[in-house]
Amino acid sequence: MDADIISNLALGFSTAVSPINLFYCFIGVLVGTLIGVLPGIGPVAAVAMLLPLTFNLDAVGAIIMLSGIYYGTQYGGSTTAILVNLPGESASVVTCMDGYAMARQGRAGPALAIAAIGSFFAGTVGTILVALLGPPLAEIALKFGAPEYFSLMVMALIAAAVLAHGSMLKTICMIVLGLLVGIVGTDVNSGMSRFTFGASGLADGLSFVVVAMGLFGFAEILCNLQDKADTASRDILNQKITGLMPTAADMKAAFGAIVRGTAVGAFFGTLPGGGPTISAFSAYAVEKKLAKDPSRFGKGAIEGVAAPESANNAAVQCAFITTLTLGIPHGATMALLLGALTIQGIAPGPQVMTQRPDLFWGLIASMWIGNAMLVILNLPLVGLWIKLLKVPYRFLFPAIMVFMAIGVYSVNNLDLDIYMTILFGVLGYIFIKLKCEPAPLILAFVLGPLMEENLRRALLISRGDPTVFITRPISAAFLVATALLLAFMIVPSFRKKREEAVADSEAL
Amino acid sequence: MKIKNQEDFWAGLMFVGFGALAIWLSTDYPMGTASRMGPGYFPTYLGAIMLILGAIVAMTSLKLGNGEKITPFAWKPMIMLSLGFMIFGWGVDHIGFIPALFALCVITAAAGQTFKIVEVLVMSVVLIAGAVGIFIYGIDLPFPLFWWR
Repeated sequence: MDADIISNLALGFSTAVSPINLFYCFIGVLVGTLIGVLPGIGPVAAVAMLLPLTFNLDAVGAIIMLSGIYYGTQYGGSTTAILVNLPGESASVVTCMDGYAMARQGRAGPALAIAAIGSFFAGTVGTILVALLGPPLAEIALKFGAPEYFSLMVMALIAAAVLAHGSMLKTICMIVLGLLVGIVGTDVNSGMSRFTFGASGLADGLSFVVVAMGLFGFAEILCNLQDKADTASRDILNQKITGLMPTAADMKAAFGAIVRGTAVGAFFGTLPGGGPTISAFSAYAVEKKLAKDPSRFGKGAIEGVAAPESANNAAVQCAFITTLTLGIPHGATMALLLGALTIQGIAPGPQVMTQRPDLFWGLIASMWIGNAMLVILNLPLVGLWIKLLKVPYRFLFPAIMVFMAIGVYSVNNLDLDIYMTILFGVLGYIFIKLKCEPAPLILAFVLGPLMEENLRRALLISRGDPTVFITRPISAAFLVATALLLAFMIVPSFRKKREEAVADSEAL
Repeated sequence: MKIKNQEDFWAGLMFVGFGALAIWLSTDYPMGTASRMGPGYFPTYLGAIMLILGAIVAMTSLKLGNGEKITPFAWKPMIMLSLGFMIFGWGVDHIGFIPALFALCVITAAAGQTFKIVEVLVMSVVLIAGAVGIFIYGIDLPFPLFWWR
């Protein structure tokens, strides 16, 4: 580790520990945990909903708070997964299996503690990885031209399709649809309005807040209301949580799982298109495969909590590597964070690191501080979160609707945005009905204009010769990786594994 | 002919529809050439890709599948939530933030299974007070509070 990184991290910590930024970080993780605990509202909707709260902040504070919300939701999601067998969001689905089993055996305390310890370990490793890999990656990225960016985006989108749940063909269709929705508005080159149907409010394109709230907020509520969530009795543990600390034997059993989980999470987190959910599932599968006695899994094996929890947190942290250095968001939530940066007047990309080092390193340091806060916050507050879960859904969803409505309206003070949210909400509900994954759509939505611009530029430079994408080495490497990803899908054994994983997750 | 997988069948048709729509709308925009792309170039190709893939999805659904069916739509929540949002969107400028929020609360609450008027009124007051506190006084959003401003 060279001196640069130390001094960079020092700058980061000095930025992050300023009282006001500590406060934003605290609010972020607290609100994030709160939303993570509440079922039926995931991180994407959470970040989109709370975006207006950051409009008046400076860029550093805003991004610190929003990322706090993001990893806070992951964390809150696992708390409810363990205590009430209710994943607060999709990345903690797998934690339910062994976490809830442990809780039923009266070992909720150790389960929560090991989740916290694993997450913190993973968060620390993630922070170091971002600090180590960020600068060299940004250096490389500065050399990228239009063909490289275009190929990179193709790879990110195809990876998202391969790693998503459900039919890959349908997911690719969703991606194409997302790209199309992304280019709604004025074409920067010709000044022509596309797909606006004459509405002047669409001239600047659709706001990502509108699309995210519709697809992830509005549609989710519709789905929950259809499932009669209110009448479903929640099996809340009433027993007191005693013996918070895991025993030495627990720690020994979990340690390897935490390290492996972190590695799996770091891998899928750095890979564009990967994310916390796939990391958690893979880490769980790895543990089950390595265990001497796989039958313990699902019956309260501590590794079954430690591995996925470490993995999803590592993935969240590592997602910042590609997002911040390349300016290519990594998943739906990261797309929102980049959108927030844009609103703050900062163009995402490799230049952020050199132009705004306080922002980049401050964010990294704050992620580590935020993870520490989560450990301290979460364990004593467990009682409060359980109380919160007893709030009936019939009070929750109008509250969510109110926040969403204000959030959407406040972006542009435009009633059209509200109507468009309804449209995307209904569309999102149809997508859920037809088992079409909406998360890749929003990723593509953000990449749409970038992709068109880079394609246009690449072909302009090459005078319309498409071989430019394979004659430039870095671009070719991305395309080869994409081809490999697609080839994997055709290999029967991998395909079967993926289908099994999908079936496992759906059976839960 | 029996459809083996209804989810995929309708999803495929939906994508075919969106693809065709994109191509049709793009006919208004100049195509240009690969080296000098017009505004119609990118969307036309995207539309074509979606149309083809959607058709494949729909066709395979006729042969492959385990009889997946589409569960019935929740019409009442869909209409109520949309209506609540619409009135809010229109209302902020016309009847003010507080009345618009009130309408939103009551109408969306009616989308649920149970609707007890006292409960809903109390909840609305709490939510409105919270929202006004956070958004109007807290972060200074410039909305008129009532129709008299």
